[in-house]
Amino acid sequence: MSDQLVMSSVARQARSHAWWNAVNAWLLLLPAAVLLLAFTHYPILATIRHSFFITRRNGTEAFVCLDSYHSMAADPIFWRALANNFWFALGTIPTSIALALLMAIWVNRNMRGRGFLRLAYFTPTVLPMIAVANIWLFFYTPDYGLLDQLRGLFGFGGWNWLGDPSTVMGCLIVMVIWKEAGFFMIFYLAALQQLSPDLEEAAAVEGASRWYTFRRITFPLLMPTTLFVAINAVINSFKLVDHLVIMTKGGPNNASTLLLYYIYEVAFTFQDSAYAATLTVVLLVLLSTVALIKFGYLDRRIHYQ
Amino acid sequence: MNGRTHPLEAVAAWLLALLWLAPLAYAFWSALHPAAYATSFSLSAPWTLENFARAWHQAPFGRYYLNTVILVVLILIGQLVLSTLAAYAFARFKFKGSGIAFALVLLQLMIMPDVLIVENYRMIGKLGLLDTIPAIALPYLASAFGIFLLRQTFKSVPLELVEAARVEGAGPLQILWRVYVPLARPTYVAFGLVSVSYHWNNFLWPLIVTNSVEARPLTVGLAVFGAPETGVDWSIITAATVMTMAPLLFAFLLFQRQFVQSFMRAGIR
Repeated sequence: MSDQLVMSSVARQARSHAWWNAVNAWLLLLPAAVLLLAFTHYPILATIRHSFFITRRNGTEAFVCLDSYHSMAADPIFWRALANNFWFALGTIPTSIALALLMAIWVNRNMRGRGFLRLAYFTPTVLPMIAVANIWLFFYTPDYGLLDQLRGLFGFGGWNWLGDPSTVMGCLIVMVIWKEAGFFMIFYLAALQQLSPDLEEAAAVEGASRWYTFRRITFPLLMPTTLFVAINAVINSFKLVDHLVIMTKGGPNNASTLLLYYIYEVAFTFQDSAYAATLTVVLLVLLSTVALIKFGYLDRRIHYQ
Repeated sequence: MNGRTHPLEAVAAWLLALLWLAPLAYAFWSALHPAAYATSFSLSAPWTLENFARAWHQAPFGRYYLNTVILVVLILIGQLVLSTLAAYAFARFKFKGSGIAFALVLLQLMIMPDVLIVENYRMIGKLGLLDTIPAIALPYLASAFGIFLLRQTFKSVPLELVEAARVEGAGPLQILWRVYVPLARPTYVAFGLVSVSYHWNNFLWPLIVTNSVEARPLTVGLAVFGAPETGVDWSIITAATVMTMAPLLFAFLLFQRQFVQSFMRAGIR
């Protein structure tokens, strides 16, 4: 009888303690939660809802169900932007990763001037993309720009690098590789510093060549880092559009339009926010897919190591 | 690790480093020489600071600097306070729904405000804040990255210290302030550097929500200034470009080690 009384009073105390804990926790979360709801969760839902509407000429909106998706499927610029985004990712990511790995291996050694090399590789990372775009715009300027001056030395004429649909994407890709490789280097550097030196020493004792050691030992051990960097690079490639505003405005003839830039143009230049929402849904689906891969597959691998 | 370096490799490493610094070196060259020498690299070219003076007078860069500093400080303080409180809740409180709440926070790591420009613009419009500095800051104040980073750090704080503070009669907020925050200092520095550099450089969202000098940060000011149709010459544009990135570049050169380490830490999401 008295045992039961004690038990229930302990239970009640524990319950009120738990309740008090929960109240405290939610109060601590409240400010961040309000802002996250207002600027992340609500906008995601509003985007999806908004994608079923169209913006009329007078600015009002009408529910059209999937019509916007049908027009999107028939919109050549949308497909162009999506394809461009694919080529942009394919052009920047593998090269930046390979360069980043090379840089990391170099600056991880006891090489003379290691600090300077690290600094040189990493510096572009901290610069604003908009400043970078200004500098590189000059390199690509026809006749007057640095690239054409170099061509001039070999007797070639001027070339409108950013004005030609066949060269514009390549120019932007080169610039972005320059901007991003040093950032990815940091992740490889962190990973390399966690690798045990015994492995390479053992390989050296066994008489394995440097290239063999890299190919069979170092590179496989860095695989989780490579996947991690690659996933982040893919996400980045959908967000990186600042330079387009300065350098090409998506042109010529949409040859350099990326998905987010097209969304920006549709929403703020053409004032068609409903169609911009439909386009944003595509971007959200793409990013969520990458996120699922990241959390579902990649994190398990990282923890495995 | 620390293996022998082939001389050819050293040469390659140095060549790549010079290639990587070349665009920056060019920007400084062009900004520090008269316009006539912007594209011809002669060693006898006279040095000048006039491009800076002219850029400074042709656009309200003083105001842009002020706006950027206010913006960056506002965001940093907001992020630090909100992330600290939320991280504390996630790290040391057991409550129903914490798992779901945490997953909802982490969603922002993938879908950042940068992607939701259309609806966030509407939201800022509804709040009547268009063309203000708080409008640029608001979507970023709750940082999933900050919450995650601090939660990891707080989780590693020994419970004995917390218990000792509790015995002395400290409440939850006092414990947070006296035990957790001081122990998390390296994390705060790392997060601060990443946050400041991100928001100093951010462009698309500020471009969208601002249209007057009073609210524009440096990046947007530079883009308006450097638009080809404004007919400003290259030396002045590069001078303005150097001015925009100088404070961050300078901070980076001073705190290089911390920068690199904080980005490393930032990578371990």
